[in-house]
Amino acid sequence: MNPGDFSTVLPEVLVAVYAMAALLFGVYTGKDKAAGTILWATAAVFVAIAVWLGTMTGTHTAFSGMFINDAFARFAKVTVLLSAAVVMVIGQEFMAKRNLLRFEYPILIALSVLGMMLMISAGDLIALYMGLELQSLSLYVVASLQRDNAKSTEAGLKYFVLGALSSGLLLYGASLTYGFAGTTLFSGIVTTVHQGAMPIGLLFGLVFLLAGLAFKVSAVPFHMWTPDVYEGSPTPVTAFFATAPKVAAMALIARLAEGAFGSAPKDWGQIIAFLSVASMFVGAVAAIGQKDIKRLMAYSSISHMGFALMGLAAGTALGVKAMLIYMAIYVTMNIGTFAFILSMQKNGQPVTDIAALRQYSRREPLKALALLVLMFSLAGVPPMVGFIGKFYVIWAAVQAGLGGLAILGVIASVIGAFYYLRIVYFMYFGEEVEGIDSGVMNPVGYAALVVAAFIMVAGMVNLFGIEGLAQAAAQTLVH
Amino acid sequence: MTVAAFAFYLFSTVAVASGLFVVTARNPVHSVLWLILAFLSAAGLFVLMGAEFVAMLLIIVYVGAVAVLFLFVVMMLDVDFAELKAEMAKYMPLGLLIGLILVIQLVLAFGPWSFSPAAQGLRAAVTPAAAQVQNTKALGLILYDKYVFLFMVAALVLLVAMIGAIVLTMRHRKDVKRQNVLAQMWRDPAKAMELRDVKPGQGL
Repeated sequence: MNPGDFSTVLPEVLVAVYAMAALLFGVYTGKDKAAGTILWATAAVFVAIAVWLGTMTGTHTAFSGMFINDAFARFAKVTVLLSAAVVMVIGQEFMAKRNLLRFEYPILIALSVLGMMLMISAGDLIALYMGLELQSLSLYVVASLQRDNAKSTEAGLKYFVLGALSSGLLLYGASLTYGFAGTTLFSGIVTTVHQGAMPIGLLFGLVFLLAGLAFKVSAVPFHMWTPDVYEGSPTPVTAFFATAPKVAAMALIARLAEGAFGSAPKDWGQIIAFLSVASMFVGAVAAIGQKDIKRLMAYSSISHMGFALMGLAAGTALGVKAMLIYMAIYVTMNIGTFAFILSMQKNGQPVTDIAALRQYSRREPLKALALLVLMFSLAGVPPMVGFIGKFYVIWAAVQAGLGGLAILGVIASVIGAFYYLRIVYFMYFGEEVEGIDSGVMNPVGYAALVVAAFIMVAGMVNLFGIEGLAQAAAQTLVH
Repeated sequence: MTVAAFAFYLFSTVAVASGLFVVTARNPVHSVLWLILAFLSAAGLFVLMGAEFVAMLLIIVYVGAVAVLFLFVVMMLDVDFAELKAEMAKYMPLGLLIGLILVIQLVLAFGPWSFSPAAQGLRAAVTPAAAQVQNTKALGLILYDKYVFLFMVAALVLLVAMIGAIVLTMRHRKDVKRQNVLAQMWRDPAKAMELRDVKPGQGL
């Protein structure tokens, strides 16, 4: 340890200090009455740190390589921080109306975001695990925040039990890897892994590590928890689950695969390719029968994770770049969609039934249009940004010689388009029913919905310049 | 046989045997007592390896705190272990099958186990040379200096666990009477109490 290490981790230290200060502030002042203030302050801190990270340059490591701050980490961290800030703010009214806005909520989110930042920057198996546990534990708690609701507590418990199991798998894999390599540092492991046949013990370790992480991104066959947890958790929490943790876990998989096993891309590439194909298809097919929009979004996120993993399976800098762009687009689309889902209510009660959207375009043409754009983008219909994201990952797969994977991706994308377009069909052509209330959206959510839809259209010009950033980020990770 | 070898066989036999009794004992309280014996034998093994600090920690933390906590939990929770075991018997064939498959897989993994040629050197690189530092100091150097970052994150994980437990379980009930210490202290005896002289046979 040297004192300079602490200046490298300063953003993380500030988030931690902020969380503890906010906790004290909440306890000694109005408790839950201060929740709104703390929530906005937390969002402001996230944005400030995201801006600060955005201005940093260069690659810095701290604590003998356990913590890495490079362009890749900064890209993922800025995505995580901004999405967490927006999701928190758009969910505030929903939480407040249902007496769920407890002052611990923004603090737990802050600690979980801190865990994600540590995951993204992890350069060591122990650091990876500590960051992962910090974010997961906070998420288990916020999932069951609505503790008087059976579904919410079920969601929390299910998430906790299965999450603990996946952590066990991950730790087993980590210990096998350590047993082979004799070090937990990624930079050390990569020197011991050579081209050619991997020793079977190390392969076991790699499989277990990836299985543990696949659980966190809810890739098939580790996706079982996702629909139930998404459905049971309060909607703002679901929106959070669908965005920031996915980016962090995806970045962690990329960091682990490229950083620690980068010299043997064939070995992990095939595992990730399998996860990718299975996720794309299960996500696309299982979503067809869903009637609840939160469950539908759960399967949609499974399918999208499949596409993002396709970029990683390529194992090239182009693939990592495609994955980063895909995740940034995915998060934007999800924020917009969840801003809309948060506003869905009938007689003041939240509804999540898709059928309640019938003929919505007659009553709210602008919101229906925004949702239409988002659904087209989620489906990957050409003029929207969602298509560009899919195009990048498929292009990366083709470039890496994974033509079969790319073709399967296109097929899954076509199957998946059905259920997104069904929502659009309901809004524009469905028969009239007593639908959801109109004109009940709070301004922040409305802005998030419209801006997200606008980005989906306007982003086709140059993706707002994130392409160059993603390129630079990918190049620091893949040598 | 030297004394050290004799002690090793003694401690390890006792550790394995008591570990076996932990899972086979019918009475859960006996299980916990066997567990304590297993911890003590493990502590003995640590002393033989020259890790006296870890041995003392094992006795103080595991025997002194964790095992006693277990004992309390076992005694307080009314768990019907006989019923649990009957339930277990139902799934026994499937469990045995999965166990067998796992064993085969582990043999496959560990049979041809190989270390990286660099593993020995990398493993030794993080720890100070045993001859130069005594082990308490070495442990401190690793935990609070080399791995201080991870140590701090562990503290945050515990903080989250604490916040989580409070968020999910604490309720502020309004329908119970609470003690107000200040109100009690500031109460004026002159106003709260009255001395009356009751005449015999008359009452108040």
